[in-house]
Amino acid sequence: MRREIPLAITVFVGFLLIISVFFPPVETLGEDFSLSFDIIAVFAFFLGGGNLIRIHLKKLARRETDWMFSIVTLGGFILMLTAGLLKIGNPGDIATSVNTEGMLFESIYRSVFVPLGATMYALLAFFVASASYRAFRAKNREATILLVAAFIILMGSTPLGAMATSWMPESLSIFEIPNLAVWIMSYANLAGQRAIIIGIGLGVVSMSLRLILGVERSYLGKEG
Amino acid sequence: MNRRMIEMSILAVITILSIIAYLGKINGWHNGYTFSTGLSITLIILLAASVIFILVLTIKGKLIGRRIVFLYIGIAITLPLFMDISQEIVVSNDVKAVYADLEGLPAGSKILVSFDYDPASAPELQPMAEAFIGECFKRDFKLIMMGLWPMGPQQANMAVDTIMNRMGLTDQDIIYGEDWVNLGFQTGDVFVIQRMGGSFESMFHTDINGRPYQDIPLVKNIKNFSNIDYSFNLSAGFPGTVEWVQVGVDRYGLKLSCGNTAVQAPTVYPYLKAGQLSGLIGGMNDGAAFEKLTQLEGKATKFMLSQSFSHLIIIAFIFIGNVAYFRTGRKSALKK
Repeated sequence: MRREIPLAITVFVGFLLIISVFFPPVETLGEDFSLSFDIIAVFAFFLGGGNLIRIHLKKLARRETDWMFSIVTLGGFILMLTAGLLKIGNPGDIATSVNTEGMLFESIYRSVFVPLGATMYALLAFFVASASYRAFRAKNREATILLVAAFIILMGSTPLGAMATSWMPESLSIFEIPNLAVWIMSYANLAGQRAIIIGIGLGVVSMSLRLILGVERSYLGKEG
Repeated sequence: MNRRMIEMSILAVITILSIIAYLGKINGWHNGYTFSTGLSITLIILLAASVIFILVLTIKGKLIGRRIVFLYIGIAITLPLFMDISQEIVVSNDVKAVYADLEGLPAGSKILVSFDYDPASAPELQPMAEAFIGECFKRDFKLIMMGLWPMGPQQANMAVDTIMNRMGLTDQDIIYGEDWVNLGFQTGDVFVIQRMGGSFESMFHTDINGRPYQDIPLVKNIKNFSNIDYSFNLSAGFPGTVEWVQVGVDRYGLKLSCGNTAVQAPTVYPYLKAGQLSGLIGGMNDGAAFEKLTQLEGKATKFMLSQSFSHLIIIAFIFIGNVAYFRTGRKSALKK
């Protein structure tokens, strides 16, 4: 029974939601069922928070590698949680949002989290440059095509690319770097992206059918 | 002095300089330093000469370490911030399409803007958000903002604050609840879009400040997507533009254009070319182009010189790396 009941639920809900797309009288069923996602998400928030505390406390207790970072993680988590739940610095009543100006939560978000997030993103520039320097090689024909495409896209995504080839006559404007970049994005990239999307679509249909028909049972765990 | 001490010292110097720069900014000690044109050109020539010197060293078989690459990227990004060199921003057809959509809407049109990103992607997407919101305020459009990412609505509030300050608008000029509203974040990813197709209120019982949906003049008569004239999505990943197209556009007939990070933009091209997206602002370059169209030049325009320089440096180092590869025959161009 531990296997049959979940299977029966999957088959029933799967078919019901497919039917709801094609039959107007039951078309709102999909939206109604999606409410369950919200309910599960609420539990997931608690589970996620609890798990974070458990893992980092364990790391601290055992003095594992880089245990100092766990202090920062737990400190940040508790600080933001306290600032949000207690609405520290609240300029209004209890119903005031934590995003209101003057609230500690909002201040930390704007003054600490936003600059830190931007810094993490900015570091990518250094790693991309270093990785490109080390790995972008014209080893063979395919790699050379990739290299030329990268050069055009890199130049095409700056005003310098336009300036570098703006002297070209109108009849050769297709060879201007920004136009070449648009061509690569609109044709070469488009073809690849469409192939990926179609592939994913077919995969999703196939996997959904396997789930609905009970062929795919790995989601049941060992019981499956 | 060992390596650990050197690293700690560099970190301390950077921290002190950052604190001084921050204090200077908040206390108004300076209005920003700008190099003269002569100094800027001299620095560019010196930088180019040093890159050529590295190329010559590489040809001679002397390879450089990765710290040198990091140093050059750091210089290429920071120096242009102090330079006053203008570049001609080219506006792509996809960006023009977004602007044309706005031009075609009558005053009072209701526009849904979804902020599906967090601070990590803000350097690229926030300037687009500010220019888009500013243009909408200029044209007297009504903005309904929301987020499928937890931090999206806060980015929306920040964008509104910034653009209103830049345009000299006050809370009396643009009234919250009548001219714009922030409905906040709702968990559920693609299901949120799906349920908004039936009823906005079922997903957003209150706005971000806890005000009940029915008490907000701007949205109390908005039931679902059929009451929305246009929509704009700012996205840095999942859930984002692709999900809005698949549910909002395909299922509910929403008219949508988007602003994406440069990394994500290629993934939405199939939808753009199929007509499911009416326009695309992709990356900082397009962000600067949109700022040019809206005449609301901001950070995207300001940072374009840095992007141009850093791209040039990356191209130069890719070239040097290839020279090293053919010169030495080694897989890595870095010093061992």
